[in-house]
Amino acid sequence: MQSPQAVRKEAQHYRIQKVRGRAVDILYALFRYALVIGISFIIIYPLLMKFSIAFKDKADIYNPTIYMIPVHFTMDNIRMAMQILDYFPLLGNTLLFVVVTTLLTTASCALAGYGFARFNFPGSNLLFALVILTLLVPTSTLMVPMYLHFRSFDILGIIHLITGKSGLNLLNTYWPSIITSATAIGLKAGLFIYIFRQFFKGMPKEIEEAALIDGAGGVKTFLRIMLPNAVSPMITVILFCFVWQYNDTFFTSLFMSELALMPTKVSSLAAQANALIPGMLGAGGGGSAVKADPNHVAMIIDTGILLAIIPLILLYLVVQRYFVESVERSGIIG
Amino acid sequence: MNGNKLSLQHKRSLLGIAFITPWLLGFIFLFAAPLLRSIQFSFSKLTVDPSGFTLDGVGWANFNNALFVDATFNRVLTESVWDMVLNVPMILFFSLFSATLLNQKFRGRIVARAIFFLPVILASNAISAAEASGLINLVGDATAVNELGQSGSQYNVMSMVMILSDIGLPLSFVDYIVDAILRIYEIITSSGVQILIFLAALQSVPGAMYEVAKIEGATAYESFWKITFPLVSPLILTNVIYTIIDSFSGSAVTKMIFTTAFTTQNFGLSAAMSWIYTVIISIILVIVGYVLSKRVHYN
Repeated sequence: MQSPQAVRKEAQHYRIQKVRGRAVDILYALFRYALVIGISFIIIYPLLMKFSIAFKDKADIYNPTIYMIPVHFTMDNIRMAMQILDYFPLLGNTLLFVVVTTLLTTASCALAGYGFARFNFPGSNLLFALVILTLLVPTSTLMVPMYLHFRSFDILGIIHLITGKSGLNLLNTYWPSIITSATAIGLKAGLFIYIFRQFFKGMPKEIEEAALIDGAGGVKTFLRIMLPNAVSPMITVILFCFVWQYNDTFFTSLFMSELALMPTKVSSLAAQANALIPGMLGAGGGGSAVKADPNHVAMIIDTGILLAIIPLILLYLVVQRYFVESVERSGIIG
Repeated sequence: MNGNKLSLQHKRSLLGIAFITPWLLGFIFLFAAPLLRSIQFSFSKLTVDPSGFTLDGVGWANFNNALFVDATFNRVLTESVWDMVLNVPMILFFSLFSATLLNQKFRGRIVARAIFFLPVILASNAISAAEASGLINLVGDATAVNELGQSGSQYNVMSMVMILSDIGLPLSFVDYIVDAILRIYEIITSSGVQILIFLAALQSVPGAMYEVAKIEGATAYESFWKITFPLVSPLILTNVIYTIIDSFSGSAVTKMIFTTAFTTQNFGLSAAMSWIYTVIISIILVIVGYVLSKRVHYN
């Protein structure tokens, strides 16, 4: 038998341990919040800065007491950046281009992913290894041949046969990107094929068999049964593809440097701002010796960058929930 | 009966080929052909003329030029590779850490996740180029911009170094940690996709395993190393490879290859450079893949 004293002692010991456990839990939670908030702040800070700068008046640049919230609110920066970028035509143009290429990429990658996941044909494993190879070879290796290829575009000499010319010059048209996305070889397409393949591999075989018994052919099964179930990898691929295409400087500067697309325009923003701002402020007009205030130029550039990424942020806010969920439902892992 | 079955199988494989046809066409005409072409280019002198281009074979001269004649290529190449070697462990560590953090249950988790994946959306060469040119415009000089970026963190590095070396860590390791802290923004912004991959892996670990471990009296620390880590390890390989490949896209070498081709119009040299680069990266990938896949736990 334990003495009542020992029992009490044990109870006390137990209570202390419980309190200690609670304390550790609370401390850990606090530590975690500090970390999460800290990292989130590092990520968001540049965005907040850009927002703050976008509404700041020129007069506020040299006022050191202003940290985030401007004293003189103004829309001038936004107006000027929009004018320099030629914003709305540019945005419309870019969006149209990106939507078309995204849809084409998603379609061709879904087809290829399904083909690799569900069919056994001679060399299918070797071919899939080649898909991975397309991911591994740096794009810079293919740059020059691709450039020359699209400079005089021709498949098996057909165009040469018909017209006698050495192919079509597709540079500075939308065709290079449209062709590469329709043939699932564009921007990071290997990754998308991989995601789709992993997903379709995970779908139960019985569904397909049932569809076959009900008389659906392969194409019909794919369109009616498999695709409607593949919403989650589709959202992942569409979002990635859209964003990377929108931000891509590699292919746009290589093939379409003269077209009005957001990435090329944004990367030449600094030069444009330097050249145009004095004229806009009514000083001297174009070509005079008047130089823009570098601080002001930096402000306009920041505003321009903000204008360029705002559509992406809006898109992300809309799909973000589905996107994270879709990843959790094993779109990538499979 | 037998013949019928065979023909069904035949039909299936034809259908499969039909599904991958778009990709196959693209692969042959837009990947394999340019790839072979670029090997050819790297051994020739390429002159572009209005009607097309002409090739004159020059043997290994382009490679020789890139490696032994060109003043900067070697330096830029080693710097880029070195940067990658430094960055990969940091990014990996940070993304596994963040994924574990985001996988826990706490209030505001959804918001935190949304923010952590924001860099995936915002990572853009165009934007960083514009930002850099804005700064250069402001300061008037590219080296000053680099210095600004380093001192911009407003953080006293010296005290950090003192504390860490007082603990008795080797100085090279201290260097590495300090470097990681100074580049924290870069690391955070380039680990979005990796966090995503790790998070998906963590979600697929069955919760029952943790319960069992808890009943058996394992601490959180033990259950991380004994359960989470082994189950996530296959994805470490995926992430390492993704990170290495991802570090190509905006690296100094890529830019150099681009300017060699399109500014100085030396296409042969550019092709040789890019092949040296490709070979080095492939060797790294093979070594990393081999070493890691031996240690990875597959269930």
